Amino acid sequence: MKGEYTMKVEEKTIRKKFNNLNSNKIPKPNLLLHCFNAFWVGGLICVVGQFISDFFSYIGVPKDELGTSVSIVMVFLGAILTGIGVYDKLGDFAGAGSVVPITGFANSIVSPAMEFKKEGFVFGVAAKMFTIAGPVLVYGIGSSVIVGILYYFFRW
Amino acid sequence: MGRRIGVQTVEIESKPRIISTYNIVGPKEGQGPLSDYFDRILEDDLNGTESFEKAETSLLYTAVSESIKKAKLKEADINYLLAGDLLNQLFSSSFAARDLNIPFIGLYGACSTMAESLSVGSMLMEGGFANYVVAATSSHFSSAERQYRLPLEMGSQRALTAQWTVTGSGAMVLGRKGDFPYVTHCTIGKVKDYAITDVNNMGVAMVPAAVDTIKQHFVDTGRKPSDYDIIATGDLGKLGRQFTEELLLEYKYDMKGHYMDCGEEIFDAQKQGTNAGGSGCGCSAVVATGYLYRNMLMGKFKRILLVSTGALLSPTSSLQGESIPGIAHAVSIEFGVIK
Repeated sequence: MKGEYTMKVEEKTIRKKFNNLNSNKIPKPNLLLHCFNAFWVGGLICVVGQFISDFFSYIGVPKDELGTSVSIVMVFLGAILTGIGVYDKLGDFAGAGSVVPITGFANSIVSPAMEFKKEGFVFGVAAKMFTIAGPVLVYGIGSSVIVGILYYFFRW
Repeated sequence: MGRRIGVQTVEIESKPRIISTYNIVGPKEGQGPLSDYFDRILEDDLNGTESFEKAETSLLYTAVSESIKKAKLKEADINYLLAGDLLNQLFSSSFAARDLNIPFIGLYGACSTMAESLSVGSMLMEGGFANYVVAATSSHFSSAERQYRLPLEMGSQRALTAQWTVTGSGAMVLGRKGDFPYVTHCTIGKVKDYAITDVNNMGVAMVPAAVDTIKQHFVDTGRKPSDYDIIATGDLGKLGRQFTEELLLEYKYDMKGHYMDCGEEIFDAQKQGTNAGGSGCGCSAVVATGYLYRNMLMGKFKRILLVSTGALLSPTSSLQGESIPGIAHAVSIEFGVIK
């Protein structure tokens, strides 16, 4: 019989059940494992940074230039690892552990630059380079300006 | 002459035959469980071109031209090429059609394009407007990633519900004569949107459309799941397949033993790290032109229902906070004696 059963069931019921399934049956990521991986990979990247800092200090780089020098090397490493296709695999494993350090910042700029090279150096590389890092820069620099102004008026 | 039955289904009387198919896939698909059913497996997913979009174009061009050769026809014999893909302005289809001497109708149905082009092609044949039609579609992991998601080398984690866009293209040649599988019914789906906004959960977002189209197909034709040897949804993935089964039970349609999802079958989710399964226009296209078609020719499947499913979102729509509308079209294909 055509439509024998179906006439009785309204779409409302289906939608309700769908919402039910969607809120209960979506698999949850293993947060504990992810946090652990993010922690040790992120920590390891920082150890590398500390090692470079100590090395520069040892060869006599002045103390107020240490931070800049370490950043330059770490950004360079992040860019190299992105270029040879390692950083995306690291990111898949470590999540925020590899996104938060400055190497992740390098990755977020180099990866779109590589991806959009086919659209040319002007409208591809240059225009798309900051699609991911751009918002971070805008709000990072923006909030530092606001904090600076507050600091100027309310010194404590 | 064909006629309309029920609300959304047309019955195709002239039995347009699928006289040949051809599919071509990327290396990852070639390592998957269905590798025996592909005509060609690429070693390099750029296929010798300089960009992923051009690679996808070459995949579609190869699938169309090889399927025509396989049917022992020439491009000039084909009355219409019906094709579509995921890229903006149908990049792959339009540029593949540029090199083909065939009148072209571009279709956009996201990942539902295989069933969409096959339906429209069958109706054109039924109307007597064409003797030969090619229905085709393609998708490419890397071109889809760069349009919809993040750069490939960007280090980010994939959600458990995320799917992997299939690199591949499939084409079918429809003709009037010969002993081949033929189209009997097409059910054109309605757009359904149950307010899923997570772009990493597209399989589930398409479930309402799949459920509605499958239900409507059964209501219109008076058939039930057991009338089909296999009902194949396009790319709902593991979770979407489970949800679809459960929701169809509400309508008292038990899909057990008659149902598969192309996206779930094309990859080995555990070994290949594809999470919920495959997706993309190419997903249902390469499974339909390979696994399903060949098993029909061998007599294993006598009657199938291909339900390609599409998520009709755009990068702009999701940024503007819109939810993901889904669509599904169903095509019933038969071959051999039906009990």
